[in-house]
Amino acid sequence: MSEGAHLRQPEAGQPDASHKAILYLEGLNVSFDGFKAINDLTLYIDSGELRCIIGPNGAGKTTMMDIITGKTRPNSGQAWFGQTVDLLKLSEPEIANAGIGRKFQKPTVFESHSVAENLELAMHGNKSVWYSLRARLSGEQQALIDATLHTIGLTDHYHQQAGALSHGQKQWLEIGMLLVQKPHLLLVDEPVAGMTHQEMERTAELLTSLAGKHSVVVVEHDMDFVRSIANKVTVLHQGSVLAEGTMDDVQNDQRVIEVYLGE
Amino acid sequence: MFITRILQNDRGGQIMLAVLALVLVLVPVLNLLVPEGNFLHMPTYLVTLLGKYLTYALLAVAVDLVWGYLGILSLGHGAFFALGGYAMGMYLMRQIGDRGVYGNANLPDFMVFLNWKELPWFWQGFDMFWFAMLMVLLVPGLLAFVFGWLAFRSRVTGVYLSIITQALTYALLLAFFRNEMGFGGNNGLTDFKDILGFSLQSDNTRMTLFVLSGLALAGGYLLCRYIINSKLGRIVVAIRDAESRTRFVGYRVEHYKVWVFTVSAMLAGVAGALYVPQVGIINPGEFSPLNSIEIVIWVAIGGRATLYGAVLGAILVNYAKTVFTGLMPESWIFMLGALFVLVTLYLPQGLAGLVQQFQAKGWLQRRAAA
Repeated sequence: MSEGAHLRQPEAGQPDASHKAILYLEGLNVSFDGFKAINDLTLYIDSGELRCIIGPNGAGKTTMMDIITGKTRPNSGQAWFGQTVDLLKLSEPEIANAGIGRKFQKPTVFESHSVAENLELAMHGNKSVWYSLRARLSGEQQALIDATLHTIGLTDHYHQQAGALSHGQKQWLEIGMLLVQKPHLLLVDEPVAGMTHQEMERTAELLTSLAGKHSVVVVEHDMDFVRSIANKVTVLHQGSVLAEGTMDDVQNDQRVIEVYLGE
Repeated sequence: MFITRILQNDRGGQIMLAVLALVLVLVPVLNLLVPEGNFLHMPTYLVTLLGKYLTYALLAVAVDLVWGYLGILSLGHGAFFALGGYAMGMYLMRQIGDRGVYGNANLPDFMVFLNWKELPWFWQGFDMFWFAMLMVLLVPGLLAFVFGWLAFRSRVTGVYLSIITQALTYALLLAFFRNEMGFGGNNGLTDFKDILGFSLQSDNTRMTLFVLSGLALAGGYLLCRYIINSKLGRIVVAIRDAESRTRFVGYRVEHYKVWVFTVSAMLAGVAGALYVPQVGIINPGEFSPLNSIEIVIWVAIGGRATLYGAVLGAILVNYAKTVFTGLMPESWIFMLGALFVLVTLYLPQGLAGLVQQFQAKGWLQRRAAA
């Protein structure tokens, strides 16, 4: 057992990661009309880890995220969050409230709401209907919104309508929405698509700073970006794991070169 | 104050409610205090006509809540309106007592005519006003709850949901046409005499119903505005704009949809209950799919997702309907269709959007300055 393991004893609202891993995917299979999008996929994510997942188009990256967040149900296999939470039995909101947050490939923010309201809506807490009718922002929540806006560099856009933000700013806002959700596991799909080099660097910084407190899974196409943040990379190909290791290991793997990097 | 806080950023709502308050004071004065014969006197039939418009306006607000803010195009809200109307109609039927044509103290005329011996179980209790009023809320509410629960849990959305709501109101239309249903069949419920002991023909009763319709509209408007202003309202708009995103943030979208749909159906029921004593009849025609589509057109013309636009649209379109069906009865349905097409093409935000546009361009201010 690693030294910190005893500190992560399971508590209320916390996934039980006492066996090091926070996410278990075992023997998953998904097919759409005969096409096998996920093929006997087995993958473990450790608690506090920052993992990058790469792979050519159609390798099953987004489908994998869909399974974890409850959008798609596999034909067979297992998906566990910690030791106790069976993801295949929960709906999307239940999974979100269990502590898995997701950023989509195409930035999706609530366009007709202000930037601050987007964070208010995404914030962790009671999400029931009757409670929402009477809910007011507490000082603590307001402080969290302010702090998050500072982190994602949108403090000056507090009242701005989210639909009017630039593409990069929307990406950042969506990351901010993930943060206020206070998830234990973040799934981040193509966070730097359409970003300038500068924005990319800040995103890399942010994601690296999140690891440790949170477990982060990043799906990304941009190899420079992956190299700058990842210590462990998983390569998906045709719905299953082709290789796993450091960026250098993976880049020197003959099979990976064939299917992906060599192209 | 509570009300000023609700209306804080709602200029359109402030103006609408101010006008409504003025009308609610002015109409009784012109009708009851100004003597007949004076050219300022307002005849009672006009009061009742205005009262009818006000109930339509409340119905339109209910539709705007689900369509404008939640993004559910309900083409079946006429059903909830009619059910509220039938609940009120059943009370009014029981009030007739032995003054019917057949003089039967227990059974409404149409049941005697059908040779029924006793009152069906679902007519029990409707002789009590409070019970009937409870049913005005509960029957549409329960139907909306069950319907919404089934539809939203199965994630039926968009045009498919609209079609099912049409089917719902059409099915009820066919059911209520049948004599065996026990709601007067084709003829519906009519020949009402009095409500809570007050004659429905008297000017005072009609005035009271008119004022109550206005107050119900104001109350329904404030309730909807309160909901929209709350965090719940922001979640509802988020569902409209990005439903699956809302789910991944952790909201149970179907719970929110069912809640708002049910509240809206209950408001429609109240509108129906106020409508029936003023027009004096409720029949299955109110369930007609066309009626439900008309409501949507009022809201579209007035301007979606503004609430006050719905009020404006309902009153203007129905006023036009009264005028034009008098002048050229056959042409009205074509005019309504043309109006809908023109508004969709050239005024996608409706009349309320037009006003906002003018304001944004500063035309109003400049004109005021000139």
